[in-house]
Amino acid sequence: MSSLTIPAGMPQFDDVPRFDVAAVRADFPILDREVNGHPLVYLDSANTSHKPRQVLDVLAEHYARHNANVSRSVHTLGTEATEAYEGARAKIARFVNAPSVDEVVFTKNSTEAINLVAYAFSNASLRADADPRFRLGPGDEIVISEMEHHSNIVPWQLLAERTGATLRWFPVTDAGRLDESGLDDLVTERTKIVSLVHMSNILGTVNATARITARVREVGALLLLDCSQSVPHLPIDVVDLDADFVVFTGHKMCGPTGIGVLWGRGELLAAMPPVMGGGSMIETVTMARSTFAAPPARFEAGTPPIAEAVALGAAVDYLTGLDMRAIQWHEKELTAYALDALATVPGLRIFGPTVPVGRGGTISFALGDIHPHDVGQVLDSLGVQVRVGHHCAKPVCSRFGVPAMTRASFYLYTTTGEIDALVGGLEQVRKVFD
Amino acid sequence: MQLDQLYQEIILDHYKRPHGRGLRDADDPTDRVAEAHHVNPTCGDEVTVRVATDGVVLHDVSYDGMGCSISQASASVLHELLRGREAGEAFAVHEAFVELMSGRGQVTPDEDVLGDGVAFAGVARYPARVKCALLPWMAFKDAAARAGVGASPEVKA
Ligand SMILES: Cc1ncc(COP(=O)(O)O)c(C=O)c1O
Repeated sequence: MSSLTIPAGMPQFDDVPRFDVAAVRADFPILDREVNGHPLVYLDSANTSHKPRQVLDVLAEHYARHNANVSRSVHTLGTEATEAYEGARAKIARFVNAPSVDEVVFTKNSTEAINLVAYAFSNASLRADADPRFRLGPGDEIVISEMEHHSNIVPWQLLAERTGATLRWFPVTDAGRLDESGLDDLVTERTKIVSLVHMSNILGTVNATARITARVREVGALLLLDCSQSVPHLPIDVVDLDADFVVFTGHKMCGPTGIGVLWGRGELLAAMPPVMGGGSMIETVTMARSTFAAPPARFEAGTPPIAEAVALGAAVDYLTGLDMRAIQWHEKELTAYALDALATVPGLRIFGPTVPVGRGGTISFALGDIHPHDVGQVLDSLGVQVRVGHHCAKPVCSRFGVPAMTRASFYLYTTTGEIDALVGGLEQVRKVFD
Repeated sequence: MQLDQLYQEIILDHYKRPHGRGLRDADDPTDRVAEAHHVNPTCGDEVTVRVATDGVVLHDVSYDGMGCSISQASASVLHELLRGREAGEAFAVHEAFVELMSGRGQVTPDEDVLGDGVAFAGVARYPARVKCALLPWMAFKDAAARAGVGASPEVKA
């Protein structure tokens, strides 16, 4: 420890909330298992996170004790299920500081949430009386970036095809940061929507969005932030972020699969046409036409993933109980440790920021010219689970001139010992292939 | 150790010192030449296989690509086994290799037919890697069909 003294009145080192990693690990049953005869070293949380017992119990308990459909019954079970489902919505609204619970739309995942917004644009573009902010045609522009996950690229490509609008994107710098140098030329009066990743799932970069938001407001466009990788790891406040839409996905934040969230400004959701039609999203239906419920119900056609939503509520309780600032700090320390440790591995090249600033605990790298598949396979034989491949972000791989990358990603239960296991495993990889 | 079954010495040898790598023009200008490019969308491995044939004998099977040790070693073995063979024989080898890879580790390979290809027996136990091993073989099948020998073109993976 250094003996540096932080001046009184400044935030002190000990002010940062912390938690006991060993105690956290004890909440995750899967962390006890072995893989190929070695203790599990799970470094793939950016792909999906593990689930604590507190979430698994709520999921089982819902089916065992409160199972019924929501918003459709007056009976006791129906009321309990509805209260649990709407209660989860309220928890999630609080978790991201949404001004109103009605701004939280449950979806299947981030992908569906982004597609929902893209299809709302599409549907609005077919109707002359739709809100002009959602109407797209030739000459209009959609702006994304080169560091997006495929789920924030393909829906916009398809939307551009359907409407004749043009798709444009921010480039990425050599250091793996968003290149904002062309901001004023890229985001203009022609721009209708800017959709950007908040934290890259491949480079780990956390984008500072303030300048972009200011420009988006100046030209009167809308801003969607893909927070799939940030909501699980940092305190997120949608008011503070000043976006119009924020999407995230439950399975990366200790929740189950099959549940995600679209947060949208209330006034915008109210101006959006429906996307999927069916039960629960209507006001009234005749054989000739229907009118639609207010958001969020308007965008939740059919029986939703009820137990999954309730369990996501439990996940949010779990994260809040530990304090998101503590999780953020834990991962910052791990990232600093990992960047240093990886720098000692001969021939290792990191893609993305190499300092633990403006980045999260997701680190992609190349080990000499050993193919990531081979790296991942040898690591797996040692129990170390990393992701290899293009990480659903092929343009990033192309940007850095490689077909694939190896990625280690951390979460609240990750330890420095696991990072040591990774570094030791990489030595083993070099032995097999050198 | 399990890993040795996958990364057999023979596979690592072919990977580090690939045989016949690089796409080549036909020596005989009357040969039919065709190629196919296949990718494994889950990992981004790519291979192009080119076949030069007079319709009876595969005068050359050349290839280029980038990918993991398994896919690249497999391309090297493919070249080794099929170049200069009669089309009918080549397809018998092809079939044996596909059978081996689809066998989940239960198929005993015949070294007389598969040569160095027997080293891939261990790969069949790793479902995630079977596609890597098959990539050049599927590209070969397509390229051969386009050159007018063998089966109809496969739908690309
Ligand atoms: C940045 C980012 N966006 C979107 C997604 C898509 O999430 P999902 O597959 O849960 O829809 C992911 C996760 O894979 C991601 O990392």
